[in-house]
Amino acid sequence: MKLEKGIPLIDQHDENGYWGGKFGGNQIAESLNYPIEELTRKFEKLRNDETFIAERDYYFKNFVGAPTPFIKLENLTKHLGGAQIYCKLVSKATGGAHKAYNAVVHSLICKRLGKTYIGGDTGAGYAGKMLSMAAAKFNLKCKIFMGAKDVERQSINVFSMRSYGAEVVPVNSGSQTLVDAVSECMRWWTSENEEAHMCVGSTVGPTIFVKICAWSTAQISREMKKQVMDEFGEVPKDMKLINCVGGGSSAAGFWNEWIDYDNVELIGVEAGGPEGSSKHAAPLTNDSPIGVLHGATQYVIQDDQGEIEETDSISAGLDYPGVSPLHCFLKETGRARYTSASDEEAIEAFQLVSKNEGFVSPSLEPSHAFAEAIKIAPKLSKDTIIVVDSCGDSAKDSKIIAERLGYKI
Amino acid sequence: MTSSTLIKSFERAKENNRAALLTYTVGGDPDKKTSLDIFRSIADAGVDIIECGLGHGANIGDGGAIQDSTYRALSNGIKTNDIFEIIEEFKKDYETEVIIMTYQNKIMAYGEDEFLKRCISSKVSGIICVDWPWPLNLDFAKKCKENSIVFIQLLCPTTNEDRLKSILNDAHEVVYYISMLSTTGQKLKVSSDEIKKRFSLIKKISPDKKCIIGFGITADTIYDFKDTDACVVGSALCREITRSIDKELNPATNVGNMVSDLKQKLSS
Repeated sequence: MKLEKGIPLIDQHDENGYWGGKFGGNQIAESLNYPIEELTRKFEKLRNDETFIAERDYYFKNFVGAPTPFIKLENLTKHLGGAQIYCKLVSKATGGAHKAYNAVVHSLICKRLGKTYIGGDTGAGYAGKMLSMAAAKFNLKCKIFMGAKDVERQSINVFSMRSYGAEVVPVNSGSQTLVDAVSECMRWWTSENEEAHMCVGSTVGPTIFVKICAWSTAQISREMKKQVMDEFGEVPKDMKLINCVGGGSSAAGFWNEWIDYDNVELIGVEAGGPEGSSKHAAPLTNDSPIGVLHGATQYVIQDDQGEIEETDSISAGLDYPGVSPLHCFLKETGRARYTSASDEEAIEAFQLVSKNEGFVSPSLEPSHAFAEAIKIAPKLSKDTIIVVDSCGDSAKDSKIIAERLGYKI
Repeated sequence: MTSSTLIKSFERAKENNRAALLTYTVGGDPDKKTSLDIFRSIADAGVDIIECGLGHGANIGDGGAIQDSTYRALSNGIKTNDIFEIIEEFKKDYETEVIIMTYQNKIMAYGEDEFLKRCISSKVSGIICVDWPWPLNLDFAKKCKENSIVFIQLLCPTTNEDRLKSILNDAHEVVYYISMLSTTGQKLKVSSDEIKKRFSLIKKISPDKKCIIGFGITADTIYDFKDTDACVVGSALCREITRSIDKELNPATNVGNMVSDLKQKLSS
């Protein structure tokens, strides 16, 4: 399996949609073949359409708030000693996370398809919140599928979605979490695809959804490349980009422009779950078997019967049994290294970063990435630059973190 | 138990001037013994072919009724081997053909070759795999053919004519036409005439292939499909299993009665 230079990562799949001939694909019911072909044709045309690009950039800049800051974490660097730690503060994007990029692009595509109805899945609620936000702006009827358990524990986000006029559908099947929400959303689209467009909330699902999402989040590294050049005048000789990986959409976007730079190390951090527990959400780190989930071949946490196993993570946004085919491909080619951080390590990282930096208060997802940075930084020289993607803000996790730390709020 | 005996089931129905009747129930729902009783009861009621679901929790094509059945079977610890054992036991006393409907991950987890071996030993004559579309399924379909198992390709209303011709060209003796864009068990949202028009087109391209029509067919509409090759009723039966369990009635008897009624409607 080989990574090609000079070709965007999202285009390095074969004619059947498999990266490395193995990961991804369109393992879908025949009823979804036509809408997926239609969407693929449309997207390939739009990504080369200057007016579409200009429209995307307009909304990214004026509505999402691009570029997000690129800052040095002076205090954390000093505290840890060793490598210099920087942060791409993607949490400053409107809505508090990177999910707005994919939501805006899908809404624009929906309109270009002549459709007025959009549906999507959500776990923690970010993807659903941003999609309903974009749908309201672009006058689209919106339906969000969310596991019944998540509806319960993320009630503030549910309220937001409903305020934006979206219909939130609690999914009662299976584990009643993200995995079931995605399944239900795909079932809905099977019935409604003549009228409606579907947005998959991460770089998962059939190939075209992986591509659209990664193409959207690529905004993160596009703007960061310029910021890095402004800061250092060149690409640093030894730079490490650390990102959390659940479905993998923020990491794909954070790394996109850097794939061809051999001196830039890519480190993905999965959710290791509670310390001492056998449950986790880290299929890459723990060598989970290859299987088919939501239309694509990938490493997936499953039992010997091919049934998806329950995952566990303090971070709702990383709590997914599968992982993007892009990351399976990057792992297999050796381009990226994947590891995991436990719930406890993520909490500690959250505390250390918040306490030292104030303006940066990562949600539980990027706290996993910070945990890895904290682990390796002291062992590295000051010539090494570590950049962490702080892709979400901690506000949404206040209750979970406070409870964990014994505060009452 | 081979492709030729499966074809004979269609031909026998045709000799009686009707379409073949297929039933879909989830294997192991709610448990091994009851599931076997249900198969026997369905066979006694005169079904031509039993479509046995090997359920998958993360399915993307099942409607609510079938999801309930799948959930019940999986929660009761039903494994792939249990499904084969139910079929094997059933086939000891019955000639009725059994085909399996499942999802790709179930076959991958079992191992393709092992899965086919077990299909042969338990006398399964056909496989439908919902999320393994043409042409990605061609290698596996070839393996099925080498083992005299019919891999049943799926077609639907939005399969365009070029794709339809290509699929039919590669298809084995039997294909399955998904009559409408939906998951299983929703109300029929296209007319019976429209479905039959597509059926005729399929038969025009491939007169020798048997075409099963499925999705949305109930006791109310089944008569409309009397002159086709075959039709499936599934969700209505799964719903009946749920209802019988809830009311502490015998699901095998009740499902059997429903199948008798369907068979009669198709034969009248």
